[in-house]
Amino acid sequence: MTTTTAPTRSWYKRNEIAVTPWLFLIPGIIFFALYVIFPIFQSFWISFHEWDGLGEKTWVGTANYERLLGGDRKFGISFWNNVRWLALYLLAIPMGLFISLFLNQKVFGIRLYKSLFFFPFVISQVVVGLVFSWFYLPNDGLFDIIVGTVGIDVSGGILGNPNTATYGIITAGLWPQTAYCMILYLTGLNAVDPEQVEAARLDGAKGARMLWYVILPQLKPATFIAFVVTIIGALRSFDFIAVMTNGGPFGSTRVLSFYMFEESLSEFGFRMGYGAAIAVVLFFLMLIFITYFLWSMYQDEKGAR
Amino acid sequence: MNSIIKASAAALALGVASTSAFADAHSLAGELRIVSDMSNPAPRAVMEGLVADFGALNPDLNIELEIVDREAWKTQIRNALSANAPDVVNWYAATRMTPYVDAGLFMDISDLWEDPAMDALASTKGAMTLNGAQWGVPYTYYQWGVYYRKDIFEELGLEEPATWDQELANCQVIIDSGRKCYTIGTKFLWTAGGWFDYINSRTNGYEFHIQLANGEVEWTDERVRDTFANWRQLIDMGAFIDDHQSMSWQDAIPPFLNGDATAYLMGNFAVAAFRDGGLTDDQLDFYQFPQINPDVAPAEDAPTDTFHIPAAAQNVEAAKAFLLYVTSADVQGEINGGDALGQLPVNASASVSDDKFIQEGFEMLSDNASGGIMQFFDRDFPAEMASSGMEGLQEFMVFPDNLDDILERLEETRQRVYQ
Repeated sequence: MTTTTAPTRSWYKRNEIAVTPWLFLIPGIIFFALYVIFPIFQSFWISFHEWDGLGEKTWVGTANYERLLGGDRKFGISFWNNVRWLALYLLAIPMGLFISLFLNQKVFGIRLYKSLFFFPFVISQVVVGLVFSWFYLPNDGLFDIIVGTVGIDVSGGILGNPNTATYGIITAGLWPQTAYCMILYLTGLNAVDPEQVEAARLDGAKGARMLWYVILPQLKPATFIAFVVTIIGALRSFDFIAVMTNGGPFGSTRVLSFYMFEESLSEFGFRMGYGAAIAVVLFFLMLIFITYFLWSMYQDEKGAR
Repeated sequence: MNSIIKASAAALALGVASTSAFADAHSLAGELRIVSDMSNPAPRAVMEGLVADFGALNPDLNIELEIVDREAWKTQIRNALSANAPDVVNWYAATRMTPYVDAGLFMDISDLWEDPAMDALASTKGAMTLNGAQWGVPYTYYQWGVYYRKDIFEELGLEEPATWDQELANCQVIIDSGRKCYTIGTKFLWTAGGWFDYINSRTNGYEFHIQLANGEVEWTDERVRDTFANWRQLIDMGAFIDDHQSMSWQDAIPPFLNGDATAYLMGNFAVAAFRDGGLTDDQLDFYQFPQINPDVAPAEDAPTDTFHIPAAAQNVEAAKAFLLYVTSADVQGEINGGDALGQLPVNASASVSDDKFIQEGFEMLSDNASGGIMQFFDRDFPAEMASSGMEGLQEFMVFPDNLDDILERLEETRQRVYQ
């Protein structure tokens, strides 16, 4: 007597491999959609309104954008400061690389030095900002004393002078950011293939040529991550500005994220529509970079297959 | 002095009488939820004391007090008022109330103001009035004025200035002695607003100042320029300390303590910091901001802190009783006493602390503020105008040559804000 076909397995059993990952992902997806994706569209929606966050929204069409892009001086200042942040923050990458090459040695106590260099990234940005604003204090600050010995006097101190304040804050921001890039490169350097280095050495490569042709190509993944993290860090710079200058003097250190906060959520703010419009502009600015990141990751994945 | 003692004794008697009558008249029950921003140690103790005393008067009432950090409250109040609103909240007088009044989140308590007991608070009724109704009650206020180093003034042979010319002459002497006339820290902007309030109201009068705050005057008006021209006299002679744009108001205290600067235009709350810094009452004194235009009655900055009932309050009866309680003469005298808030009671018949500066401030505001009481730049001007305005003021103090540009910018803002 032959048995007929085995009782059909349940639908779940048949699709287990395909379905299970999604089951695990569902909570994450829901939260991501609820707290990230949905608010993005909500921001778009609010940016077409005039709204104080309490009463009725008034539809104003693109009026917020017209005001924003049609000669709002504060927006102009914030935008160009963001550009400065983007450009100068990238210095963290070569600086981090340099320090990591320097620290990538087997010397007694090197772990201690590494942790000391990494320390600024561990402490809160607020603390770093405070320390730097003391450092920059006019008259009493160490910085003023040091440059004073060579006869330079920045009027109003670094943070009180509209021409120097933004650079002063970026410098403060570079300190922890460099530490982070350094760690990325240190881990990257651990993965450098010693045989390749040996082979290159036999071929007579050393110094800068060794670095450029042998080491750096192997550090490409680390560089990519450092680049992503630094760009995003530059675009969302906020803490340092809030702590060190509060956007001043005369609003000269605002960046888009800070301006958005000021307009929509600060003590004298609550112009939600206008704040949302700034957020949308910042979002598109970020989107340029995010698209590039995703595209290059996709290329890598394709190459790996 | 004698009259004050008499007045306070009378007030005390009156106050006791009124509260006991009030305790008999009502029996409150249920739950009263209060959210307060009196989060600094002394105000916190005052608030907790208030709740305890009011609870003792109304044993059937269950009072729930939540104290929120003062700065955080400025943004939290929006949520607090719209979702699950409490019965009583803290806020500030004048234009600062507008968003909540316009959004219908504060309760119209004009009926409470018709209570005869409220006549003693008439001086602040204007500051509590918007759209022809009253939206809260004041519990404390404090004077602004020029705190100065008496010892240095004596050393240089100077008198408290009463007019602008004397002020400038004094200042020149101070500068010649190698000091600065004024300390100030404008990093957080509002301190510059105080200077503008005073110079503008002394130059053009209270009415003009309020018209400007209400957006009825152009910032490019010649009279506003007069104000800045007067201010500039001080700036050009180097009256203010350097680098004030990177200092908070607290950072600006050390130059005052060590004698690098001889005066500080500030609110009375700064006195505690001066005393903590080691200045004795022999070294520290106070004068009213000098007259500039003799045709103008002096107006004074005296910011008022207030209690309000949210529109969605559950226990309105108890909330109103609480508001009446905190405005009564004896309670106001008690919570503003030297060992409590150390500020001025709004109730005219309340006792005033015997602290030297509170007494001087009380006399100044009662006898010599005939122009009117201003709430302060960031409370009289609408929020957006205030923030742009104070930024412009700070810029003016550092780069006075930018004035035309600053005024045009402010005028642009004015045209948008008040439309």
